[in-house]
Amino acid sequence: MQSLIWLAIAIPLASAAFLLLAGKRADAWGHWVGVVASSAAFLVGAGALLEMLGQDAANRATTVTLWEFIPGSDLSVSAGLLLDPLSITFVMLITFVGTLIHLYSVAYMEHDVARRRFFAYLNLFIAAMLLLVLADSYLLLFFGWEGVGLASYLLIGFWNFKDEYATAANKAFVVNRIGDIGLIIAMGMIFAAFGSLDFATVFAQAPEASTATLTGIGLALLLAACGKSAQFPLQSWLGDAMAGPTPVSALIHAATMVTAGVYLIVRSAPIYNGAPDAQLVVAVVGAITLLLGAFIGMAKDDIKKALAASTMSQIGYMMLAAGLGPIGYAFAIFHLVTHGFFKAGMFLGAGSVMHAMNDTVNMRRFGALRGVMVITWVTFGLGWLAILGVPPFSGYWSKDKIIEAAFVGEGWQPWVLGGAALVGAGMTAFYMSRLFFMTFHGKARWEDDMHPHESSALMTVPMMILAVGSAFLGLFLATGDKFTHFLEPVTGHAEHHDPVISIPVIIGLTLALVAVGTVLAWMRYGRADVPVEAPAGSLGTITARNDFFQDSVNRAVFQRPGQHLTRTLVYADATIVDGAVNKQARGWARLGEASRKLQTGQARSYAATMLVGVIVIALIIVVGGL
Amino acid sequence: MTAMSFVYLAAILFAIGAAAVLLRRNAIVAFMGVELMLNAANLALVAFAHMYAELDGQIMAFFVLVVAAAEVVVGLAIIIALFRARQTISLDEPAELKG
Repeated sequence: MQSLIWLAIAIPLASAAFLLLAGKRADAWGHWVGVVASSAAFLVGAGALLEMLGQDAANRATTVTLWEFIPGSDLSVSAGLLLDPLSITFVMLITFVGTLIHLYSVAYMEHDVARRRFFAYLNLFIAAMLLLVLADSYLLLFFGWEGVGLASYLLIGFWNFKDEYATAANKAFVVNRIGDIGLIIAMGMIFAAFGSLDFATVFAQAPEASTATLTGIGLALLLAACGKSAQFPLQSWLGDAMAGPTPVSALIHAATMVTAGVYLIVRSAPIYNGAPDAQLVVAVVGAITLLLGAFIGMAKDDIKKALAASTMSQIGYMMLAAGLGPIGYAFAIFHLVTHGFFKAGMFLGAGSVMHAMNDTVNMRRFGALRGVMVITWVTFGLGWLAILGVPPFSGYWSKDKIIEAAFVGEGWQPWVLGGAALVGAGMTAFYMSRLFFMTFHGKARWEDDMHPHESSALMTVPMMILAVGSAFLGLFLATGDKFTHFLEPVTGHAEHHDPVISIPVIIGLTLALVAVGTVLAWMRYGRADVPVEAPAGSLGTITARNDFFQDSVNRAVFQRPGQHLTRTLVYADATIVDGAVNKQARGWARLGEASRKLQTGQARSYAATMLVGVIVIALIIVVGGL
Repeated sequence: MTAMSFVYLAAILFAIGAAAVLLRRNAIVAFMGVELMLNAANLALVAFAHMYAELDGQIMAFFVLVVAAAEVVVGLAIIIALFRARQTISLDEPAELKG
C-alpha cells in the first residue's frame, strides 16, 4: 500500500478536476464524488499506516520516487513521496478530519447553488495538503504549499459576491505571499549550502554546515511558517479568513493548513538542531502569538473570529514546542493532532449553531442553546473541555506536555517561555468558557424570528466522531508514550530533562489557572446577564477587538511607506531613467533637423557636390599616392 | 601623337561636360553634358587600353556604352515626365526635396 500512496493525492486531484469540468449535470450528485474521493484517500493512507506499523521502528521511512522532476547535472530534482511516521500522521489527520468535514458539508452547503464547485475546491485542498506533507524535497513541498494557499484563497472567497469576503481572500493571499518569499529564500539558501533540495541529502549534510548558514535558513523557514500558520507578525489574515464557509474554517483554517508551518519546522528539525538562535526565535514567536491570540479571543463577539483567535493561540503553543528542539517536536505534533480534532469539532459545532440561527455569528445574540441543540452542546462541550486541558480529555495530554517542556532550560528562557505557556492556559480557559457560556448557557438573547433547531444527522455525526476524538484520542496516544515513540525516528530521541519547577507543581498551577479562568468566565457570561449590545469596554478590550490594531499598523508601517516608495520609484523612473533616454532621443531628433538644412532640393547643387567629392577622392589617391 | 594626348583630350571633354551639367539650367543640355562626360571616360579607357596593351579598358568601354544607352532612355523619360508635369525643363524648377 505504501508504494500506492500517490493515489491519495491523485484521487482527490482527479475528483477536483472532474467536478470543475463536469458542469451542471453533476450538480445533483457531484458532492458525493468529492466525499468518495476524500474517503478513498483516507483508505489509502490507512493502508499505508497499517503497513508501516508492521515494520521495524528504524525502517519506517519509505521514499516513493515518482518521476525525474528536473533532470540536470547540477540541479537534479526527482519528484518523490516520503512516507515516515511524521508524514503518515498528517495524512491520517488530513484525510480523516477532511472526510468528516466533506460529509458535514454535504448538509451544510445543501442550499448553495455552487455546492459542486465547493467540493471541487475541498478536494483540491486535500490533494495539495497531502502533497505538502508527503513531498520528499523542499521543492515538491513548495508545490503543495502553494496549492493549499490557492485552495484557501478560493474557499475564503467562495462567497466572493460580497466585497468584504473577496477582500478577505485577497488579504489572506497577499499575507501568505510574504511567507512564501521566506520559503523561496530558504530554498535558495539550502541549495547554495547543500547543492540539493531533497530532505534526505540536506538533512544528512546539515550537521556539518556552519551555524550561521543554518540560522539563516531557519529564520527564512520561520518566515514561511509565520505566513502559513498566522503567527506573529503575519497573523492578521486568519481572522478575516473566517469569511469562508464554516466547514472551510474547520478544515483549512483550524485543523490542517494553518498547521503546515509547524510541520515545516518539525520536518526541518535537523536544520534547527544546529541553529539554537533560530530555535529561540521560533519559540519566542510562538509565545508571543499564543498570548496575542488568547488576548484577542477574550474580546471577540463573533463566534468564528473568537475560534480563529483561539486557533492562532493554539498554533502558538505548537510553535513554542517546535522551537524547544527535540524535547518539543513530538509534543508540537501531538498537540497539532489533538487540536485538529477538538478545534475542527468546535468549528463544526459553531457551523451547526449558525445553521440554526440563520447565520448569525454574534454570540451576544445566542444564549441558552443547550436546550434546543443537545448534540451540538455535548459535542462542543467535549471540545471545550479538551482545549481547556481538563484531564483526561485530549488537550490535557498534549498541552500540558508543552507547558512542562517550556519550563525546561537554563537562564531566563524557561521562566519566560514557560510563564507565557502557563498564563496562556488560563487565558484559553477564560475565552473558551466565555464562548461556550455565551452560546449555550445563560438566557436566550435571540432575535425575534429565530427558531433554533438541532442540525441533521449528516452534520451531527461528524461532530460526534470528532467529539469522541477530542475526548479520548489524547489519552489513547499518550498511554505508554505511544505517539512520541512512534515519531521518534523523525523527531529524534530526547533525553528527559527536569523542568525548573517540578512537574506536579506545573500541572497543579496549570489546572488552578484553568479553573480560575473558567470560574471568571462563568461569573461574567454564564451567571450574569450578557448585554445584547457590546459595552464600550476598556482600552484592553478595544485593543483586542481590533486585533491589536494590526491592520492599522500594517497600513502605517508597510502599506503607506510602500506606496510612497513605489511612487518615488515611478517618479524616478519617469524623470531619471526615461528622462535620460528621452533627452538623448530629442538630441538625435535635433541633429536630424539640423542636417535637413543641407538638402537644398537643387539638382545642380547635388551634382556639384558629387563632382567636388570625386575630385577630392581623386586628389587623395593621386597626391597621397595610394 | 602619343596615347597620352588622348587622355588630355578626355580630361578636357570631361571638364566641358561637367561645366555643362553644373552651369546650364536646361535639362536637355545638362543631359548632353552627362553624355559628354561618359564619352570622355570611354576615350580615357580606350587610351589606357592602348597604352598598356591590354583589352580590359576596351571591354569596360563597351560596358559603359551599354549602360549609357539604358541611362539615356531613363533620363529622357524623366525629362518628358517633368515637362508634362510642369511645362518646363528647367533644372532649378523642381525643389521638392528641399529640407
